[in-house]
Amino acid sequence: MKIRRDVFQAIADPTRRAILLLVATQSLTAGAIAANFNTARPTVSKHLQILTECELLQQEQNGREIYYHINGKKMKEVAEFIEPFRNMWDDRFNKLESIMKNYQPKNQ
Amino acid sequence: MERKTKVHAEDGKQEIFITREFDLPIELLFTAYVQPEIVEQWMGTKVLKLESQKQGSYRFETTDPKGNKHGFSGVIHDLVPNQKITRTFEMENTPYGVQLEIYEFEALTDSTSKLTMHVIYESIHNRNEILKLPFAQGIDMAHNRIQDILSNLK
Repeated sequence: MKIRRDVFQAIADPTRRAILLLVATQSLTAGAIAANFNTARPTVSKHLQILTECELLQQEQNGREIYYHINGKKMKEVAEFIEPFRNMWDDRFNKLESIMKNYQPKNQ
Repeated sequence: MERKTKVHAEDGKQEIFITREFDLPIELLFTAYVQPEIVEQWMGTKVLKLESQKQGSYRFETTDPKGNKHGFSGVIHDLVPNQKITRTFEMENTPYGVQLEIYEFEALTDSTSKLTMHVIYESIHNRNEILKLPFAQGIDMAHNRIQDILSNLK
């Protein structure tokens, strides 16, 4: 089964957000991450897989262990996704303002 | 340029707030929302109907560069001149559902005013999808630009 990996769906899950917070300060192995949750290890693995597939997390081989660390570039992209929406409204409001500055009421 | 328009979208909520201060007296700001020919200009849409009154309704239509028509419509639940508009808004034939919009108009000085738009969506998911729309369009536009550049190179 092919599941579309959407960054926004990825961060909509509270466990996955908690994982991102955990690895924000230091790289951790899957085991170390799982130790912070009461959920079963395979469930945590699934979350890690999703976060890795949408590139919010990156894997790094260190000896026999795989460490997970945060992909700052991708996180920045997510943080800024609202900016185009804000720009759209800013453009509209700028237009409104300039139109109304030149507005001549009809009934005067 | 100064960031005049602010968007407040708290994580995990199905609402957003958009605020903006205008160098306009409140009467002029309000007029921009109730006069069809002015709405057409700043929203960049055709206004097919706009009954600016309590229990009135409205319908807008835009045509995209490919010639497809998109309808936007809703009903006006309440309208208090120079103070408040409460209305629904829906992008027709889309999966985004209906949203409740509460516009509060506030005079700051004789020549300045403030608008607060409170928008409540059917779900957190719908909210996030709608917030992403201009983001997705931006990516599309970037792709189109790249295609234009590439085709000009041929």
